[in-house]
Amino acid sequence: MMPIKVVIVGAGIVGSSIARVLSMYEDFDVTLVEKEPDVGWGSSKANTAIIHPGHEEEPDVHPLRARLCREGNILWRQWTRELSIPVKWPGELMVFFNEEEEKNAKKYIELAKLNKIPGVRVVYRNELLQMDPSINPSALGAIYAPTAGTISSFEAVIAIVENAVENGVKLLTEAEVRGVKVVDKKVKGVETTKGFIEADIVINAAGLYSDKISHMAGIDSGFVVRPRRGEYFLFDENVRVKPEKLLHTTPTPITKGVYAITTIHGNLMIGPTAEDLPMDAKDETSTSEKGLEYVWKESERLLKELPPRTKIIRTFAGLRPEPPGGHWRIEAYDDPWGFVNAAGIRSPGFTAAPAIAYYVLNLIKDKYGVSLVKKKHWNPYRSDIVRVKDKSLQEIDELIRKNPDYGEIICYCKTVSKAEVIEAIERMKKAGVKTITIDGIKFRTRAGLGMCQGSFCRWRIALLISQYTGVPLYQVVVKKDLYGVGEVKALLKS
Amino acid sequence: MLELNYDSVVIGAGPAGIAAAIRAKELGLKTVLVENRDLLGGIPLQCVHPGFGLHYFREDLTGTEFIYRFFDKMEKLGVEYLLKSHVHSIELVSHNEKIVNVITPQGVMRLNTKTLIYTAGARERHIFEINVVGDRPAGIYTAGEAQTLMDIYGIIPGKEIVIIGSGDVGLIMARRFALEGAKVKAVIELMHYPGGLTRNIVQCLQDYDIPLYLGHVVTRVVGKRRVEKVVVTKVDEKLKPIKGTEFEIPCDTVVLAAGLIPNLDMLEKIGLIIDPYTRGPIVNEFLETNIPGVFVAGNALVVNDLVDYVVEQGELAAEGAYYFVENDGIPTVDWKPIVRGRNIRFIVPHYVSGKRDVVLYARVQQPEKNVIVTIPEVGWKMKQFNVRPAEMIRVKLTKRLLERASSAEKISIEVIPGE
Repeated sequence: MMPIKVVIVGAGIVGSSIARVLSMYEDFDVTLVEKEPDVGWGSSKANTAIIHPGHEEEPDVHPLRARLCREGNILWRQWTRELSIPVKWPGELMVFFNEEEEKNAKKYIELAKLNKIPGVRVVYRNELLQMDPSINPSALGAIYAPTAGTISSFEAVIAIVENAVENGVKLLTEAEVRGVKVVDKKVKGVETTKGFIEADIVINAAGLYSDKISHMAGIDSGFVVRPRRGEYFLFDENVRVKPEKLLHTTPTPITKGVYAITTIHGNLMIGPTAEDLPMDAKDETSTSEKGLEYVWKESERLLKELPPRTKIIRTFAGLRPEPPGGHWRIEAYDDPWGFVNAAGIRSPGFTAAPAIAYYVLNLIKDKYGVSLVKKKHWNPYRSDIVRVKDKSLQEIDELIRKNPDYGEIICYCKTVSKAEVIEAIERMKKAGVKTITIDGIKFRTRAGLGMCQGSFCRWRIALLISQYTGVPLYQVVVKKDLYGVGEVKALLKS
Repeated sequence: MLELNYDSVVIGAGPAGIAAAIRAKELGLKTVLVENRDLLGGIPLQCVHPGFGLHYFREDLTGTEFIYRFFDKMEKLGVEYLLKSHVHSIELVSHNEKIVNVITPQGVMRLNTKTLIYTAGARERHIFEINVVGDRPAGIYTAGEAQTLMDIYGIIPGKEIVIIGSGDVGLIMARRFALEGAKVKAVIELMHYPGGLTRNIVQCLQDYDIPLYLGHVVTRVVGKRRVEKVVVTKVDEKLKPIKGTEFEIPCDTVVLAAGLIPNLDMLEKIGLIIDPYTRGPIVNEFLETNIPGVFVAGNALVVNDLVDYVVEQGELAAEGAYYFVENDGIPTVDWKPIVRGRNIRFIVPHYVSGKRDVVLYARVQQPEKNVIVTIPEVGWKMKQFNVRPAEMIRVKLTKRLLERASSAEKISIEVIPGE
């Protein structure tokens, strides 16, 4: 049997999850195509990193979102274990401060019942402040949803892609799709900046750009995906304010409210805003004074206190894709035959991604009559990089005996060793990442995520990248551009 | 895990740590110097400009020349040191027993020590600490990072440079870039006066026609892949950006020289008390912190403008450690606080005994002309034509002078208008 050639456009959380699920079957030969130098660099990277319980979705308006969010929440518990993705499940509190907000918040108890989300209930001030003393004591109460979790969103995409590649998926980075080739109403492949790739099935998981890909296949020119910007503050690990639960204000029609959470890496994070940008602003990930000030004010309302501004280690913004009416477009088409949309996946898309992947699998099976033969040797597991920071002194000592590079610390703030950086470089090569970037190392090892924001370790990581890839130091890439512009020696010569 | 015993463990092999280790060794303490990097010397290694050692050696040396003189001395004395060694954690056992856990390529070491001299320097403020919004592309460096790239690894970070901060670091980096053929478009300074020494304003900016914008701030960085430009805004008297005064400077590189912050996380975890004005620890005249037997010197203590002071502090901390080891702790005395008077931003140390000579380091709050710096309790006065925050005031008070204040509850330093 000749496997069905599948191209998935976009190595974000949706595309990589689909790749992993398809890799379970003999039927497919999957290529995951990504325009950026690395995986998960779009909406999947810069978001609130919440695994939502699913009690905020209206089943009559967004039935697919409601269903796949609930299913995704359950699937993540398995996926995070199999792939050793950092996750914790503290539950979330939607905090209300006045009667109007209370009325609004209680709506979600009804939605929880409709969506069959377990354990959702209202808690009032006394219990609330015991549950999480970091909440502003003027809060009246909150809706508690115990099944909410928080994940390392960029590490999740990396882990899923590593596992998918281990199971036969090919990753092609820095390949921007320029056209979808259709002959006789059948998909034949995609034209990319890295050449033509043949395909029987093309799956569009291009997030913010999924409207463009959809149009390339000749589908519904009215379908547009708008960028919606969210801005955040990230604080140092070493601050007093550390919410135990995932806290947020009551949602408005366009946002789930402003969150205050302790991330999986132990940092306080507050945000986001929700600001609709013009259609052509799909790379507008700049922060703004107005947006950041809004986040600060809302967080002051939500929390008992905020850390001083001197403890801010980073501000950032991410863009979420916003499809018309908030409706996800997940369809397998007759015309062109072989084109599948997993398009316009807005929140709770991260939560739902594993469930979306199975949903897409079933669409393909039903629409295109695929038999689905499970691989005998599919490996569900992927191990994480061994991290010195997570180990006891005794364990670190043993690691160093085996490999002295564990004894050389590159990132002081996050205690990241040379061995971890080298392992990240090797993993990137193995996964098929063509350009080893400093940011790629940061997202895999956490080097540079601390208080100094890389001023002590960036050049040391660049040196290791240069040493292990043969790229001259000044040509090492930070994220999308070079670290330096030339060598002093060369300038002296000229 | 290897366990070793010391009288003193010195953390950080920059000028303060090296000076401390040498002095401790001279005094006969069993000492080890612990360094993260694969070479000794710290920041002076990458400083190819002169201005080092004018006080200490009475010579004008480059950073590298300055620090190499200490290497020779270290070798002669046989000072013990560990490279590529990262302090994982510090445990306090009793007033004179500490354990320093160190990760090294040879394994984890547990260093039992009576005293600790912490000389791990400062970190640079980064782009997210100075209220800049906008993009986060390639092309943003701290001054130290840019200097490392240029002068250790021979890499030019960029061609069209905007420097944020007019302290000596910013000024020297401006000249450094100009010398390598880069175009330095501007130095932007938030304050209404320059942050660096006058000689550096002249020799680093004016000699190279580099514009200095005082009372301006970079409010936005623009650039998708690489920095394309910065938006600069004028600030008012209270340093708030004035709407409508924005203008753009095209550039491909932003270099941050926006100040240093003592690097003390490791000690804060074991209860170090910080002075909000220096952002360093509160110390007595031996540079001993609130944690008995833990001494701090150099830029981890207070951000200095001269390496000579850094060395002086390192040596003093070693003398403190010696005194501590000899007496099983610093003997109990009635410490007198030193307090900030008019136009003084900070003063180090924070407590003196009055029983020995002491060196005070202070900075003023505001530039001021024709003033007298005075310590009224001891009747000490110094006429100054000019005081500026950029120039640290160093005052040596002898034991004899301090005896005059023996009945005073505190000692204060202030700047008063001269007649």
